[in-house]
Amino acid sequence: MEPRIGVYICHCGSNIAGTVDCEDVAGFARTLEGVAVARDYRFMCSDPGQELIKNDIKEQGLNRVVVASCSPTMHEPTFRRAIQDAGLNPYFFEMANIREHCSWVTEDREKATEKAKALVSAAVSRVYYHQPLEAREVAINPNTLVVGGGIAGIQAALKIADSGNKVYLVERNPSVGGHMAQLDKTFPTLDCSACILTPKMTLVGSHPNIELLTYSEIEEVGGYIGNFKVKIRKKAKYVDWSKCTGCGRCMEICPTAVPDDFEEGLGKRKAIYKQFAQAVPNKAVIDPKFCRHLKGLAEGKDVCRLCEIGIEKKGIPGCEVGAIDFDQQDEVIEVEVGAIIITTGFQVFDPTPIYQYGYGRLDNVMTSMEFERMVNSAGPTGGHIVLKDGSEPESIALIHCVGSRDEKYHEYCSRVCCMYSMKFAHLIKEHTSADVYEFYIDIRSFGKGYEEFYNRILNEGTVFFRGKPAEITNVAETPEEEGKLIIQFEDTLVGRQRRVPVDMVVLSCGLEPQSDAGVVARMFNISRSADGFFLEKHPKLDPVATMTDGIFVAGCCQGPKDIPDTVAQASAAAAEALSMISRGKVEIEAATAVINEQLCTGCQLCLANCPYSAISFDEEKGVCRVNEALCKGCGVCVGGCPSDAVSLSHFTNEQILAQMEGALQ
Amino acid sequence: MEYPPRKIIAMIRAGMREEVLSSNSMWYCLSCYLCTCRCPRGVKPTELAHALESLAVRNGYRVSGTSTPAMYNSFVSSIKRYGRVPEFSMMVRYYLSIVPALLAHPLSTIKMLPVGIKLWRHKRLSLMPVKAKGADELTAILRKFREIRGVS
Amino acid sequence: MKYYAYYPGCSAESTGLGYGMSAQAIAAPLDIELAEIEDWTCCGSTPYGSLDEEEAVVVAARNLALAEKTGLDMVTPCSSCYVTLSKANMNLKEHPGLLAQVNEALAVANLKYEGGVRVRHIVDVLVNDVTTDVIASKVRDRLEGLKVAPYYGCQLVRPQYDSEDTEFPGSLDRLVNCLGAEAVDFPLKARCCGGSLTLSEEESTLPLIHKLLKSAAEHGARCIATPCPLCQTNLDAYQGKVNGKFGTRYNLPVFFITQLIGLALGLDDRALGLNTLIVSPAQVLKQMREVKSGA
Repeated sequence: MEPRIGVYICHCGSNIAGTVDCEDVAGFARTLEGVAVARDYRFMCSDPGQELIKNDIKEQGLNRVVVASCSPTMHEPTFRRAIQDAGLNPYFFEMANIREHCSWVTEDREKATEKAKALVSAAVSRVYYHQPLEAREVAINPNTLVVGGGIAGIQAALKIADSGNKVYLVERNPSVGGHMAQLDKTFPTLDCSACILTPKMTLVGSHPNIELLTYSEIEEVGGYIGNFKVKIRKKAKYVDWSKCTGCGRCMEICPTAVPDDFEEGLGKRKAIYKQFAQAVPNKAVIDPKFCRHLKGLAEGKDVCRLCEIGIEKKGIPGCEVGAIDFDQQDEVIEVEVGAIIITTGFQVFDPTPIYQYGYGRLDNVMTSMEFERMVNSAGPTGGHIVLKDGSEPESIALIHCVGSRDEKYHEYCSRVCCMYSMKFAHLIKEHTSADVYEFYIDIRSFGKGYEEFYNRILNEGTVFFRGKPAEITNVAETPEEEGKLIIQFEDTLVGRQRRVPVDMVVLSCGLEPQSDAGVVARMFNISRSADGFFLEKHPKLDPVATMTDGIFVAGCCQGPKDIPDTVAQASAAAAEALSMISRGKVEIEAATAVINEQLCTGCQLCLANCPYSAISFDEEKGVCRVNEALCKGCGVCVGGCPSDAVSLSHFTNEQILAQMEGALQ
Repeated sequence: MEYPPRKIIAMIRAGMREEVLSSNSMWYCLSCYLCTCRCPRGVKPTELAHALESLAVRNGYRVSGTSTPAMYNSFVSSIKRYGRVPEFSMMVRYYLSIVPALLAHPLSTIKMLPVGIKLWRHKRLSLMPVKAKGADELTAILRKFREIRGVS
Repeated sequence: MKYYAYYPGCSAESTGLGYGMSAQAIAAPLDIELAEIEDWTCCGSTPYGSLDEEEAVVVAARNLALAEKTGLDMVTPCSSCYVTLSKANMNLKEHPGLLAQVNEALAVANLKYEGGVRVRHIVDVLVNDVTTDVIASKVRDRLEGLKVAPYYGCQLVRPQYDSEDTEFPGSLDRLVNCLGAEAVDFPLKARCCGGSLTLSEEESTLPLIHKLLKSAAEHGARCIATPCPLCQTNLDAYQGKVNGKFGTRYNLPVFFITQLIGLALGLDDRALGLNTLIVSPAQVLKQMREVKSGA
């Protein structure tokens, strides 16, 4: 059939036209073989732009269309839809990227125009060989996987579960709750964190549509949007949770006390433990890192069994329901879901490398999370703010921006520290009669009720010094400084160096990505931004989706944020997942691999390499076959076949060679 | 030290050239580099201080409130004359250069003496300066460099 | 035998005489040779850089060019020379335009600098090339019972040229310990002594020297060891003034680290220039030797 190709050069405002001479390129396109009409226009993706194409198809009898504009990831679907509306198969379309690949990478007008012409020529040569393909649809599995049981994960899980769909909520700790469970009061309302969190935790634990898998980790992720297959490792708890009542007797008997991570090391727990008093599920686990018996078993010794059998001599029985099970093994299960929401949260910056702040070296210098536990009435000191020697501090300094806004550690601002530092000031004033000093660079109180909160704290008598401290030292220079921690800083509002002696220092440490964020990113095939947090699809217009379809992110794993924003993002991610689920099906790329059975030798190299397990081997015929439903059109098999028996629709050798020739003309 | 580093930078941003170059602030820099190592923005205040010192000298600013520039001058003159810095002669030049200040404060001049004497007694202060072999070569090199830069 | 192009610096012949003597004295026993660069001139140090930044680079560059001719690593005992030469080296490597101009000037003396010199401090050589293990193995008179405050000063560790921590380094501590002595905890070990400003701004720098002596004494040190001639002079020659001004009675001899090493290697006191120390080390050394021999 005679090709009648329509070529459209987009100006994209001045994005392309500012560098590329679009008129010239259109004129050049007219000279190419097979081109029936060539135009240039300001905004091809707009309604009138699309009308141009549709009209030309009808009036000029076009059977192929080339648009030279932005990246296909932006508007290929737009234009495909347009030509489909006009009655043409959407795959008779090719896009030439003369923006991201051309006008946006150089300021040289001549070279840009030359390159644009080459790209258009390549597209025109290629499109001639395009075949009509039919888009495929696959059903979407209505289950959702939520990875991470903090407030973000809990919120997302509840929203989806309430819609009647099933959620698997996976959390690596024995209980859900995340960091929010460690907090005392939350800004700016001063709501008790546990009071607002635990009802949601309980709901999650008892919701009929939520399968709660705590003390579990994701092992492997396969598949694609609507059809993910995920392997989850349920770690051995050494406690039978179907029997455990959470009574806590085992914890009392256990002889092994170890530092408690939940208390940020300020308190101890036992080797058998519940993560915290309001844990959901309210059950115990045994930590194999510390349990003497488990470590002994590894060497074939029977060391301890106190939690199981109790202390006979004292008449203290062991577990009354016989829930202890030292023979328990990890269990790996596989689940199938259609959408995945990642809510793995953050970790607190460790200020040890900042030598001059004395953390880890000087007594009574602590991180914000450590102070959070100290001030919490359920914490290791019963809510009493005390120095290491047990006495009450008379003055406390709060240092802002520790590890944040610092190109040596994290360039970004952690967003919540100004607010939680002010919250601490309030709590200190509530619990003690100490003087409170905040050392800041800027005060960031951006949210609803935040600036008002700042005013409240000022009125309560907290003193704010504008100046990032140079160091915290215990080397006294005057008698008043003896035995104190001295903050040396420049009071920038006064313009003078000053020294302020205090009893205790709290470092407002920033939020950083979890240390294994890289591992998680690779497992789910999502990207991270330069600061290490997971990358959203678009910072403004698509903040919860990722570049991998079907996988969403919410909460602090995407970037530092407060609880209101976390909950909002979690609800947004849930909405996106539900939108997918209610559609019920998703369109799969029509470009799939095809095996020419006459050329196939049955070596099965393609089968071994297919990341989607879409290839099967026909024993009878001795050839391989592609399952179109599973094939994602990645092309690995095409490249790997030694007999050149596999070709990829829409990326055939013919098409690609033509594209190359067109570019080189 | 009239202005702390942060204020100097703010004054530079405000275009206060006179005030900055005539201030004695940068002359107090000990080159300990603690600022450069700690700055969270990657600013190098030590280098800034030295650049400001050079600029002040090049543009003929006289600094009051510190005799450090005079001391640096005698150091550099020693290099130019002897190729190295024989401490005693350098100190003599320094004190001569600040004669008015010394005459105004005779006591502090006399207080300097014990340290000098101690150093001399422990063989750390040679009274006779010796010209290094490479001194003339250095002079020629510096002359050529000034020529290339177009300075006198 | 390891060879180095040795740049003593101006103070090694005068106020730092003890340093110059002891550095050369310990070279042979430690199997290194410090071959003095012929004809070297002053590196310019802080003062030249403050008066004329660009000319200062030339002053330093002459010595870099001379060192390059030997093809060896350039080693200096003086921290200020170390920083000045390293900085000039870096500037010349990063600014080819400047290098071209400098070479044009150096050509007058038939010299040229191609950027191939590695500038090192003698402490770096002792710790990383000779290594503390080797030094320990050659120690004949372990300095048992000698409590030393290892004082780095600023310019040995800042700006950061290698892997040493800029606020809490450890190389000098290791050197002191490998001699059998005890490096005490010294939180101000890398804080400034006042540098060259002691001469012109004594009022401002004496408190700094006082702070250092106070901290060393409070942590139980009986003496101080330092690798910087300027720090040594400030802490040693001005100790009397500090005592006078602040009413203290410090009597802490300030050794050059090379002198301590020399003592441990069994070298003669005079060869190490111990008589150049103003605060006499005689009492401290006598006590140490008495304790050792069980007296």
